[in-house]
Amino acid sequence: MAAGVGKTIRMLIEGRVELEAGRDVVIGLLETHGRAETAQLAEGLPTLPRMRVSYRQADLEEMDLRAVLSRRPELCLIDELAHTNAPGGEHAKRYEDVQEILDAGIDVLSTLNVQHLESLNDHITELSGIRVRETIPDAILARADEVVLIDLTPEALLDRLRAGKIYPADRIDAALNNFFRIENLAALREVALRQVAEEVGAKRLTTELSGSRQESLAADAPQAVGERLLALVEPYPGTQRLVRRAWRSAQRLGAELDLLWVRMPGQKLSEDSERSLSALRQLASVLGAKMLEEESDDVAAAVADVASRRGTTYILVGRSRPARGLARLRVPLPQRLMARLPGVDVRIVADRSQRAKADSP
Amino acid sequence: MNALVIVLIAIGGVLLGTAAGYWLPPHGRLSARERARPVRRILLPFSGQAISRRSFEAAVRLAKAENAIVMPAFLARVPMNLPLESPLPVQCARGMPLLEAIEQRVASQGLPVESRIARGRSSRDALHRLLEQEDFDRIIVSADENPYSGLSYDDLRWLLEQAPAEILILRPAPEDDRRISVNGANAHV
Repeated sequence: MAAGVGKTIRMLIEGRVELEAGRDVVIGLLETHGRAETAQLAEGLPTLPRMRVSYRQADLEEMDLRAVLSRRPELCLIDELAHTNAPGGEHAKRYEDVQEILDAGIDVLSTLNVQHLESLNDHITELSGIRVRETIPDAILARADEVVLIDLTPEALLDRLRAGKIYPADRIDAALNNFFRIENLAALREVALRQVAEEVGAKRLTTELSGSRQESLAADAPQAVGERLLALVEPYPGTQRLVRRAWRSAQRLGAELDLLWVRMPGQKLSEDSERSLSALRQLASVLGAKMLEEESDDVAAAVADVASRRGTTYILVGRSRPARGLARLRVPLPQRLMARLPGVDVRIVADRSQRAKADSP
Repeated sequence: MNALVIVLIAIGGVLLGTAAGYWLPPHGRLSARERARPVRRILLPFSGQAISRRSFEAAVRLAKAENAIVMPAFLARVPMNLPLESPLPVQCARGMPLLEAIEQRVASQGLPVESRIARGRSSRDALHRLLEQEDFDRIIVSADENPYSGLSYDDLRWLLEQAPAEILILRPAPEDDRRISVNGANAHV
């Protein structure tokens, strides 16, 4: 979640447990940041010497990748996964070192703050106003067999900071005024909890799909992982309201939002519709929703197909425009969707401006 | 024979009526306002959580007179450390309630309304990008260097010189204090 929550401590505790269980454990790299508690926990765990690197007349210390590989422990503890190595090393990033170690058949325990995940970096920058430069691709985290969240309330973390357990006394004020503000920490905590919930859900899905009840589990699992909303849109002005309502619902549920426009084959758009479509794409981009476009003359079938592929749990449709001719005899779209997608909620979104009209005398 | 013809004509009439009933929209004819398609577009940009009441009322008045669409636009600012295409959920969550409140108030007056969210490095940049993408006939802003539109005096000068639309800059007035915010707007709807 953030510096000082106890990631390194937890890594060392896990390492000690493994060592006592008889496994060959070494510390590949440990950053104590001068914390006595951390250094104390590392005592008794074999530690590999660091490699010295000279850069711009400064001596830097990095993890010695070759030493880890030649020592070939069963488990290697490597702190600060998102760290950028000093220039001149084999790899630019520490996670690349870790990948090579994993490929050599060595298990790795490592630590990472949530803001270092590439996909969350922009979001966290917007929440906190602080850009974190060192990031790792999400695929690295996805490769982990197990992700453990070190959770601490923002208040407890601030207490630790003020007590000098995280930074030396001369850095405490600066930390309190910058990153360590309660609203930042609360936002980071929320993001971290969600991220780990998603990781756990995705892992469970993968594990279960390798079992024999593949089909039924594939159908059930997305609900447990989290909500994913799909809003059906058309390029006309009223659709923006539907998208905004869908986005707010997605925000409340902490869910991803997809927008789907099913275009009739060969359909030509008027100038107004083209403009509305462009505005819709822009809105999707600002909101962070994914805009999907499918070509089909069977809307329900196209929606069902997309919903299955995307693991949709919730479909939002606008109020249909009045049907004409024989179209009046057709079963309405929401009913057709419910028939095709059992277990998926279908919600018809009302136009609240119409309610305003109805209320006015 | 004549009776048979009359019966056939009556049956034909019934069938024709039934078919027309299916064919035509269920709620009858379009109103005069709906038939006369709005062609003019009035932009009402803002970046805060309230807009000037005078600007809003001017937009509504002009839209009624000109049969125009009112287009409130939330101008979102992308911080320099983010890519311009970044999603802005926090800002959208702040601006969207007002956007919807304006929509409801305009719709309650029987006027067409179409909202936009534009983003840029500043309010002016967001507005500039919106004007590059779409045509507007009028742009209504308050002259108060204020949190409503997020536009400074310099931005207003730029708007007058560069924007390809009629610009209506409203002089600050005491009633500007009676701004339209989310709560205020909801209370009226």
